[in-house]
Amino acid sequence: MEISLTLNGSPVSLTINPGDRLLDTLRYQLALTGTKEGCGEGECGACTVYLDGLPVNSCLIPTYQVRGHRVETVESLDPGALEPFERCGATQCGACTPGVVMTAWWIRQHPELLGTHSIRELMAGNLCRCTGYDGIVDSVAEALRGTGGKRET
Amino acid sequence: MLPGGVPEALDMLASDGAAIPMAGGTDLLVHWPVHVEAHERTYVDLSRLDPLKPLRWTADELLLGGLTTYWDVIRDARAGEEFPLLVDAARQVGAIQIQARGTWAGNIVNASPAADGVPVLMAYDAVVVLESRRGREEVPLDRFYSGYKQMQRRPDQLVVGIRIPRRRYAYQVFEKIGARRAQAIAKVGLAVTRSGAGWRVVAASVAPTIRRCPAVERLLETGAAPEGPDDLLPTIAQDVAPIDDIRSSAHYRTRVMARVLYHDLRDFWGQRA
Repeated sequence: MEISLTLNGSPVSLTINPGDRLLDTLRYQLALTGTKEGCGEGECGACTVYLDGLPVNSCLIPTYQVRGHRVETVESLDPGALEPFERCGATQCGACTPGVVMTAWWIRQHPELLGTHSIRELMAGNLCRCTGYDGIVDSVAEALRGTGGKRET
Repeated sequence: MLPGGVPEALDMLASDGAAIPMAGGTDLLVHWPVHVEAHERTYVDLSRLDPLKPLRWTADELLLGGLTTYWDVIRDARAGEEFPLLVDAARQVGAIQIQARGTWAGNIVNASPAADGVPVLMAYDAVVVLESRRGREEVPLDRFYSGYKQMQRRPDQLVVGIRIPRRRYAYQVFEKIGARRAQAIAKVGLAVTRSGAGWRVVAASVAPTIRRCPAVERLLETGAAPEGPDDLLPTIAQDVAPIDDIRSSAHYRTRVMARVLYHDLRDFWGQRA
């Protein structure tokens, strides 16, 4: 089937199979391999992308459901988005990092959420087996204080 | 199948009795690549049925749409004030990535005995609104399930809404006991409310379905205070049928339910004692 969507700010049209997951479409059809597969069951958050501005697990989304919608992947972020994570010791093997940074930068775009939620609660959908979570939480706090990160287009 | 509107979706469900409605996909796509048999099924994509998305307030009820997500409710300030258990439960479903996609109606029809959304809806006397080509039907949620994964929904029916009556609640609490705070499936879930309609005690993960606990509700109506959590065990035993499984044991579930119930209601019973 043919679908069109807005991907990282640009219109994209492609042919997909009804059984394709968004994660696989991004990685194998569009070569956007920044998005990782971890658990494949919506638990680890390594495959986090934004769908209409909200973080979602791309392993649980049939690609046909994003037709006409807006999808952003980790490739839409400025490489500078990583900087607080490197500084705070929040990266090691790197498998979780793209998803972690996506959720972190979403929080940064919506600081009002911290009126009702803690950073830990908002980051709970991104599992990291290497670093422990203190560095990640510190990095998000630092990202919230800092500037930059989102690529200007 | 990709319907553009609700009537078209209902036509599709009526014409293919095996078709499965697909909302956020958070249950249906788990481990999708290895579930080869699931690839052969026909799905009716609900994602374009925009009228089912918003939640609405009327003078006497909150109406969740068939596609209203957990996040929609978390972000509704009035829901937090009037139905705090909905927000408590929604915030304990997975994490933001699941809350943004998972729907209340999907939680109902997935019919997991460990669901997080269903207990709080049931404790608020929610009514499931089903629609098909043959018309509209409303089923109180506490009568919706008849057995494990068995429910009062025909294959041609779509959950188009969930009605929740607005009442004054003198008491309301939701507890979820899991292996960790986020991303966990409940070992025991408990929702308790008290309004002019009486006590509602709803338990999760302790029976083949989410269910009300009429014996515990009757005990609460009497006001008779137990001496300690163990006093509640015989009453709880009338209401639940827990199993041993990968997440917990029957013995543990029953004891935890008694302790959580006692802990939560200590103040209520203390005043009566």
